[in-house]
Amino acid sequence: MTATALVQTAALGKRAVVRTGRQPANVIFPLIFPMLLFAVNAGGLKAETRLPGFPTDSFVAFALAVPFVQGALLATINANVEFARDIQTGFLNRLALTPVRGIVLLFGQLGGLVTIAVVQAVFYLAVGLAFGVRLQSGIGGAAMLLLLETCIALAFASLGSWAALRTGSTEAVQGLFPVFFVFLFLSSMNIPRNLIEADWFRWVATVNPVSYLIEAVRALVITGWDWQTIGLGFAVAAALSAVGFALATHALWNRLERT
Amino acid sequence: MTDAISVARGVSWRVLHTFFTNKAFLLPSVAFPLFFFTAFVGGLSRITQVPGFDFPTGYTSFQFVFVLLQSAAFAGVFTGFGIARDFESGFMRRLMLAAPNRRGILLGYVVSALVRWATVAVVVTIVALLAQMKVGGGGVDLFGLYTLALLLNLAGTLWATGVAMRLRTQQAAPVMQMPVFLLLFFAPVYVPLNLLQGWIHGVASVNPITALLEAGRGFISGSPELTVAAFAIAAGLIVGFAAWAVRGLRRAEAAG
Repeated sequence: MTATALVQTAALGKRAVVRTGRQPANVIFPLIFPMLLFAVNAGGLKAETRLPGFPTDSFVAFALAVPFVQGALLATINANVEFARDIQTGFLNRLALTPVRGIVLLFGQLGGLVTIAVVQAVFYLAVGLAFGVRLQSGIGGAAMLLLLETCIALAFASLGSWAALRTGSTEAVQGLFPVFFVFLFLSSMNIPRNLIEADWFRWVATVNPVSYLIEAVRALVITGWDWQTIGLGFAVAAALSAVGFALATHALWNRLERT
Repeated sequence: MTDAISVARGVSWRVLHTFFTNKAFLLPSVAFPLFFFTAFVGGLSRITQVPGFDFPTGYTSFQFVFVLLQSAAFAGVFTGFGIARDFESGFMRRLMLAAPNRRGILLGYVVSALVRWATVAVVVTIVALLAQMKVGGGGVDLFGLYTLALLLNLAGTLWATGVAMRLRTQQAAPVMQMPVFLLLFFAPVYVPLNLLQGWIHGVASVNPITALLEAGRGFISGSPELTVAAFAIAAGLIVGFAAWAVRGLRRAEAAG
């Protein structure tokens, strides 16, 4: 990537961040809603720690992984709704008339989304620490957690960008929220997979990629440097990012051709 | 009164026609309760092995009551979204000009919310029975359970209507939704109240929805408890939110 392309990417990424920052609902909701669900689950499911084989005595620590994944999801939906609005209002078409390369548009958008998600992750981490959670992987684990969050956000962001570019509709991107939400709830978010009693649900959670993202974050919090689980989380995030990026790039070419 | 009923009939027909003919409205209303039911029952059934969890008819019926009450409250909230949408599109202004009795507008939305919820309740109940939910209560108990849910639906609708009439924008959706979400989830959702510990136990103990949830679970297990308290709370919510909704209507009228 040339220096010019880098400048253009930074400018578009900054625009994505600033635009989100100017809409309080897009900032506050992704911060507060995962924390509310975290509070509800941490309080309501604390009794789970009394199950034989439960991996920790602290359900707060166990549940802390969920806001990281859910926050990335919310951030990417909100920001991609704005991206779709750019398409609806014709901003993308006008941008396509400038010397900015198509791929830079995508990099800029994704860069902005990832920045927002990482800022949120720092907030969730601070809340967790304030509530007495201590990362078993230490300070290095916190850095790894933020790196993992970057990859998770990139995965969701690329899939969301694909939806925005493919449909050019804010409603369609908003419609992704329930889909992602289903993936979140049908995962191991509330209980370790080996403790899920219903066979069919354990199978669903096992084939659900979101389980591996949550478990990788959770490993850094409650287990420590469990490289297999962490590596699996990174691999799933990378695979989703690759698929999403390929789809988004293809949709972008199609859209620019039509311009 | 005849005027109000004819207005209510027109409003409710329009809302229900939109609801049943537009998949974007129908599917989420039905899918979300089913999805919560599936996720909670499938994922968390092991929790019945926690010492002290002694609900007699099993985790499926334990969660069914929560999902039924949740679907009732949210059918009301979704109706509020529709009212806000009608304000934004300008339809409500025309409706207010045309309606000879504007309380009929409120009545129409309330009736449509009841029908919406009844549809969802039928689907959720069928799915729960297919999932081999055990029912310990008799006919009277089940009548009590569904009546309780119906009253909560009424309260939820009146709450959301009051908000929609005051703010008159779809951006008010979180204001309608979030308090209902919090009240529902700060109750004993996953385990009985006696198994909650710490701050959530304190919050759930004073949360009015807890009584409704426990009464509903009492009905389905055939051991009714907190029945009078639950119906009194539901009645109180309805009276309070009815006043809230009517005053909201007056504000909307005053705003033109």
